[in-house]
Amino acid sequence: MVVTFNRAVRTLRRSGTRDAGERFIQLILLVCAVSSIFAIFLIIVFVFSQGVPFLAEAGLGFLTTSVWLPADSFAAGTWGIFPIILGSLIVTLGAVAIGAPLGIACAVFLAEIAPPAVRRLLVPSVSALAGVPSVVYGFFALLVIVPWIRGQFGGFGTSILACWIILSVMILPTIISVSTDAVRAVPREYKEGSLAMGATRWQTIRSVLIPAASSGIMASVILGMGRAIGETMAVLLVAGNSVTIPGSIFAPVSTLTATIALEMGYATGAHQQALFAMGVVLFVFILILTGLANLASRRRVTF
Amino acid sequence: MPAKRREIVPMALLWGAGISTIVILIVILAYILAKGLPLISWHFLTTNPGVRGQTGAGIYSTIVATVAVTGVALLVAAPLSVGGAIYLNEYTRENLLRKVIRQAAEVLAGIPSIIIGLFGFLFFVIYLLPYTGGWSVLSAGLTLAFMVLPISLRISEEALKAVPGELREGSLGLGATKWQSITTVVLPTALPGIITGLILGMGRAIGETAAILLTAGGALGVIQSLRDPACPMTLYIYNILTEYNDTSAAYGTAAVLIIAILAITFITDWLMNSYTKKLQGL
Repeated sequence: MVVTFNRAVRTLRRSGTRDAGERFIQLILLVCAVSSIFAIFLIIVFVFSQGVPFLAEAGLGFLTTSVWLPADSFAAGTWGIFPIILGSLIVTLGAVAIGAPLGIACAVFLAEIAPPAVRRLLVPSVSALAGVPSVVYGFFALLVIVPWIRGQFGGFGTSILACWIILSVMILPTIISVSTDAVRAVPREYKEGSLAMGATRWQTIRSVLIPAASSGIMASVILGMGRAIGETMAVLLVAGNSVTIPGSIFAPVSTLTATIALEMGYATGAHQQALFAMGVVLFVFILILTGLANLASRRRVTF
Repeated sequence: MPAKRREIVPMALLWGAGISTIVILIVILAYILAKGLPLISWHFLTTNPGVRGQTGAGIYSTIVATVAVTGVALLVAAPLSVGGAIYLNEYTRENLLRKVIRQAAEVLAGIPSIIIGLFGFLFFVIYLLPYTGGWSVLSAGLTLAFMVLPISLRISEEALKAVPGELREGSLGLGATKWQSITTVVLPTALPGIITGLILGMGRAIGETAAILLTAGGALGVIQSLRDPACPMTLYIYNILTEYNDTSAAYGTAAVLIIAILAITFITDWLMNSYTKKLQGL
């Protein structure tokens, strides 16, 4: 009797501590899970705490005027980053204009046409392209693409065109992997129906698969755009970094990312705050692009 | 057959796009490896960089710096991301919290590295100076943890999601507690996927430059502690290209980086294939 009682108590007690242990573990895991939210919160608070007061002081002229003569104190400097914003946009749009058609075509090839042997080579190639460090892309561009442009078209070689070429390669993995998923996600019946009605493979790709996957493809292009506008090291090495409105695609250009990276090394006081303000502007661009990509991928195409 | 003949051009273009992606990769890798591999020797890997990048010196201290910075980043990001993935997949249903966290991880992954660098500079280098030593391995590693976290979280979550529900039910049915089933059944099954996520995060940390530029300090000596400033390999390449006349050491360093990235690509590719096969066998 006593033995049974004791055993029951022991069992109860053990299961009690076990439950408490389980709850404790669950709490720790919850903390881990919300760490991403906490991380974004920290980044926004710290970057905005430096950038937003400067934006408020400089006003809209910061974004719309074209003279950039930074100084340690606000009064001594001239703060206009319009050419820098323009540079970021030109570089990004050009890179997407080159990279998107190539990336989408490659995705269709990968999802629909590539024989298994080619696919086995292409899939790790795309991962490897995604893994190559951006400074290595910049290195390659500086020593191969820049001299080529200098030889062919004159000038310094560090130019918008150099940025376009190297960035279009760097955004390929993003566009290819997201677009491939989109094409693969098209229901088999669509494709089979089209083929059964006598359409050829290319007709099926063009009139059925691509339209059905268009929302995902659009999302991939927007994500590629985000990658291009946020890219720093490669652009820093080949853009030429001159804060002027470029006259041609062979002219040097400066971008938000490259200017921040270049000038943070020596900036103090108001100049440093201005660079954080550029970070805020860049952040807003990225948030808009992320939102658009989400909207695009949520849209469903129905027939 | 007019329709078939009209196919030839678009089909050739699609083939061209696929092949050219492989060719671009090969051209970039071959160029850097052809110039860099001959420079790599035991001497190159074990000697410190010379003053102002003189030839004949090595990259030992930059390799140590890369390993240390990446180690700090993984040490922080690995438990957070794997723990977070376990919580999301094992303890919640598809609800608002889960959606918000997944969205947050996606936004975090999309934040440009230079912005994370600005944050790291302000938070770790300036604000936490007494603890991190200012520009240091610790500041750089903690900053990189913010970039490793979302990658590893997403892939770990996918890996856990792929574990069949029957395994959990079987374990719970045998009287195991939730945590026991997770540690003895779910995690061992999902391990290849989780490791893939961590290795990809590691690749991101090894290759990162912009955030390092603002947080690591760039000192070329061998670090004595985590609070010392350091110059990881990627930053060393950038410094050589912008400050030195002799760029040969940059080729050697880039070749070492590329070998590391290729190894990571092959290992993760192999791990994911074996994981898929393993799940099909279950």
